[in-house]
Amino acid sequence: MTALAARRRHPLATALLVLLGLVITGAAYAAVLPGSADAAGTVTQDVAAGRKLFLANCSTCHGKNAEGRKEAPSLIGVGAAAVDFQVGTGRMPLAQNGPQAPQAPVRLTDQEISDLAAYVASLAPGPAIPDAAAVDPSTGDPSRGTLIFRTNCAMCHGAAGKGGALTRGKYAPSLTGSTNTHIYEAMVTGPQSMPVFNDMTIDPQAKRDVIAYLDTINQTPNPGGLSLGRIGPVSEGLVAWLVGLGLLLGFAVWLGAKSS
Amino acid sequence: MTTTSTSPAAGVGNYLDERIGASKLTKTFARKIFPDHWSFMLGEIALYSFIILLLTGTFLTFFFIPSTGVTTYTGPYIPLQGQEVSEAFNSTMKLSFEVRGGLLLRQIHHWAALIFVVATIVHMFRIFFTGAFRKPRELNWMIGVTLALLAIIEGFLGYSLPDDLLSGNGLRIANGIVLAIPVVGSYVSFFLFGGEFPGEAFIPRIYTIHVLLIPGIMLALITFHLILVVVHKHTQYPGPGRTNDNVVGYPLFPIYTAKAGGFFFIVFGVTTVMAAFFTVNPIWLYGSYDPSPIGAGAQPDFYMGFLDGAVRLMPGFTEITAFGYTLSLNIAIAALVMPGIITTAAIAYPAIEAWATGDKREHHLLDRPRNVPTRTGLGMMALTFYVLLWISGGNDIIATHLHASINDITYSLRALVFILPPLVYVITKRICLGLQRKDREKVLHGRETGRVFRTEDGEVFELHAPLSAEDRWLLVQFENNYPVELEPATDASGVRRPHGLLDGMRQKLSRFYFEDRVEPVTPAELVAAQHHGHEELSASGGDKPAVTAGAGTSTH
Amino acid sequence: MSNNNDDHDDAEITPHEQQLPDRFVNPGLPAHQHRMADTDPKAAKRAERQVATLFTLSMAGTLLLLIAYFAVKLEYADLSFYEAANRLRLSNQLLGGGLAIALLGIGAGAVHWAKTLMPDEERVEYRHMQRGTDEERADAVSILQQGADESGIARRPLIRNTLIGAMALFPIPALVLLRDTGPMPGNKLSTTFWKTGMRIERDQPGGGALKASDLTIGSVVHVMPEGIEKTEHPLEERAKAAVLLIRLEEDLIAAEAEPGSYHGIVAYSKICTHVGCPVALYEQRTHHLLCPCHQSTFDVTQNCKVIFGPAKRPLPQLAITVDAEGYLVAKAPFSEAVGPSFWERG
Repeated sequence: MTALAARRRHPLATALLVLLGLVITGAAYAAVLPGSADAAGTVTQDVAAGRKLFLANCSTCHGKNAEGRKEAPSLIGVGAAAVDFQVGTGRMPLAQNGPQAPQAPVRLTDQEISDLAAYVASLAPGPAIPDAAAVDPSTGDPSRGTLIFRTNCAMCHGAAGKGGALTRGKYAPSLTGSTNTHIYEAMVTGPQSMPVFNDMTIDPQAKRDVIAYLDTINQTPNPGGLSLGRIGPVSEGLVAWLVGLGLLLGFAVWLGAKSS
Repeated sequence: MTTTSTSPAAGVGNYLDERIGASKLTKTFARKIFPDHWSFMLGEIALYSFIILLLTGTFLTFFFIPSTGVTTYTGPYIPLQGQEVSEAFNSTMKLSFEVRGGLLLRQIHHWAALIFVVATIVHMFRIFFTGAFRKPRELNWMIGVTLALLAIIEGFLGYSLPDDLLSGNGLRIANGIVLAIPVVGSYVSFFLFGGEFPGEAFIPRIYTIHVLLIPGIMLALITFHLILVVVHKHTQYPGPGRTNDNVVGYPLFPIYTAKAGGFFFIVFGVTTVMAAFFTVNPIWLYGSYDPSPIGAGAQPDFYMGFLDGAVRLMPGFTEITAFGYTLSLNIAIAALVMPGIITTAAIAYPAIEAWATGDKREHHLLDRPRNVPTRTGLGMMALTFYVLLWISGGNDIIATHLHASINDITYSLRALVFILPPLVYVITKRICLGLQRKDREKVLHGRETGRVFRTEDGEVFELHAPLSAEDRWLLVQFENNYPVELEPATDASGVRRPHGLLDGMRQKLSRFYFEDRVEPVTPAELVAAQHHGHEELSASGGDKPAVTAGAGTSTH
Repeated sequence: MSNNNDDHDDAEITPHEQQLPDRFVNPGLPAHQHRMADTDPKAAKRAERQVATLFTLSMAGTLLLLIAYFAVKLEYADLSFYEAANRLRLSNQLLGGGLAIALLGIGAGAVHWAKTLMPDEERVEYRHMQRGTDEERADAVSILQQGADESGIARRPLIRNTLIGAMALFPIPALVLLRDTGPMPGNKLSTTFWKTGMRIERDQPGGGALKASDLTIGSVVHVMPEGIEKTEHPLEERAKAAVLLIRLEEDLIAAEAEPGSYHGIVAYSKICTHVGCPVALYEQRTHHLLCPCHQSTFDVTQNCKVIFGPAKRPLPQLAITVDAEGYLVAKAPFSEAVGPSFWERG
């Protein structure tokens, strides 16, 4: 009997087998599933293909010629940036009705998004998809970005960009995890409740400063320890009651109990 | 008395005795008895937190600059570099980022402040639910309520000192509330802030209030609070051997010196653990105060949450404009009248209950909350009201985390704040009465053992073990209050008695309190129950018989 | 619960009805239960070792703190920002962890010592009534009466009355001395920095005036009057002069707001009329302005009327137009007081 066989009844054997099974399944799944497309891949812009995609996915709500309907606004003039943002974050095509379109799993491939954006851009001039240089945080000043962010963005998205409430169930989402391109596009197109921060009111350098600010605080560890969500005193109060009081009451009960 | 030994301890002892009578002090205090229960530690948590605040706060004052003067931030925190900030903010940033242990002590200070108020609230409710505020401790209760209020104000002023965006907006709200004071609001605002908001005077002024004035008052009140505890001796929970005329426990020296002294280190240690591993009040994320920007999630620290919640719930139409004057009832009622009513009700409560009971005796045995259903119900009602207001203060955080509409949350809470408290009162009272009845059942029929017995005739029943005398005592020792019997407002001839109206109210209040009650089991009832019950098999039941022939209170 | 070794059987007690007391009597202190350390010297030794270990752990904690204090320096010159934040975090955790162990070691050690080794037999102390005996009370009353007699205050109403007068008056300066803590409000609460013709500038580093064409439908710009930074009290002026510029479809603007608007651009005070927070959240689609503090909501299409929340008054409008060069300017100062209401506001 080999050493391995001799240990087949070891208590950890089951755990190891399960782990092995999970790893194999996971690897197989990953190998079979198509990978996510590259961000800066070589996508082309096929307006005709984009129109077909538009008719299939968008025209029901936005109208055959993107002129808008009661339930959805006109897309004429929103530009490629709007499409790249909305479809690229999975908000569109809208899965179900609610107070607003939430971020969701992306349903179109990068090529499809590019074609769709090209089609909508062809309808009327609008904001273009920013290139990598336009959204490069290393060319932005995080300190200047702090000031711009807190005047224009923090009241909805929170001082640290963790999100906030709007009226009637709408909300400004957390900005952690958003790509720099999507942040730029959201600023310039003003999706849903968000106002439009075009390049004349917040110029491209200022937008890069904001991106640099978000980039910096999202990368920076919390010097004080666990962040508790960066949403302010509400979570701090909760921790004071649950952790602080909990630990102290535990010690108090121990103190008063009779020793064995 | 001459010293017979020459050890250093004897030398010190002699020195102190000959100057301050240390031997007499030792005789009086060293063996004072204190009872043991974890719920008696809550006040200690508050006390030790206060000491921690004093110690860490002193360190902070060595670095904090209480000034709104403008300076440029040149420290290591990149997102703030080169910005114009106030000296208060700058010095707090410097303390946090450039002083070793600075961030730690700042966080210990803030967590200790939060724990201080947490412990004060829980301690206050423990005192309330166990009736420890009754004679002779009414004065101590009033001191305690005052301390709680001062703690809340002190905390608010404390976290406003760094002059960051979040606390600065809190000060803006405070200023708006002051402006809403009828007639003199604008004058009080200009005197407090030294002019328009934000002004340059406010930070230095709240620094003095926060560092000197309120801590001084609190220290004096806490000292008096503790002196009264020693003078009155601590209350104790009822139990075998414990009467209204004694204290059962352990001596101060050495037991409580070790336990209570050790607990100070434990409280300090737990607060330090929180400060080492949990961020609190990260002012670098907020930036220096400016009246134009604001961040989502604009809340005060939790202990102000009930005020913020009340202000959020008030509908705006309650602001009245007439004859060129504006009466902002929407702000005044929520932020001024409501806390005033709560404080007054809290301070007056011992007197109200004493009026309803007509009881003039001293009380040193605590109540089990179930035995005073009306008081417990009222306390739960107050707690529900407070908690609902507190939740309202976080309605936007609830909206984002539960994907709900903030408007619907606000409408619901407006209704709940009136509907839920009376409902909780009724339910709590019923639960208390039910628990009392269960206690009676337990005494009369014994404890359910879970063992099932079957007789030869096929009868099946569960065995009940009779309670030991000690266990039974806890369930039967309480004394009920009865509605006061007073003469009617008008006598037989129809003549109005003086104080008749007041007496009528007193009678109504007393009936409200004590009409519904469950009596404790008497020995006669137990005997009667034992005659009825066949199912009590012999089981050893206590080392003292339940029924003693001959009278006499147990003085053991 | 029934672990006593007495076989007394409650069910078999024959009652003598006339001898039953009305209420149960206190059974007295329960029998003392010994702890392991009381009876077993090995257990006592073990407890002693445990206490000593805790105290030694505390010493180790102090040592950790001291080492960390000198080893982890808060010097960031050669570090990236990420490394700097991590360095501070490490310092905080090591100093805090060391201090926590130092404190908890002493605390837990002392408590464990008391629990396991110090005597835990309950002792009884007797209480005295707070009140004095009748004799003491009578003595106290007679002392007070005698003292009052000796002072003569009852026989000398002149002394008494002038004393009352003096004591009543002397605290008044304490109040009066507070008068100079601040100026009178005057009309400060009703005026802002905005004057006719003042350029509207971005509230951003660098500022910059705005032209109408800079705003598209759905734009919101946070603005301040030009020159506000150079005043003597910039923060106080900013606290009143903060304004939001919003562009919406012209036909959505309320009739009464139309004269003060310019081609679909309207300007409203950003200071909430509730208690003064900046009403900064603009929902582009619904044209609602939301204040984050207490959720007052204002509808821009109804001249910023309050549609939800604790505010009452609408946000004051700042009438705007353009100057000769096409830059947006204030057409007139605010026609009413901005910010929170106050008694004499009118």
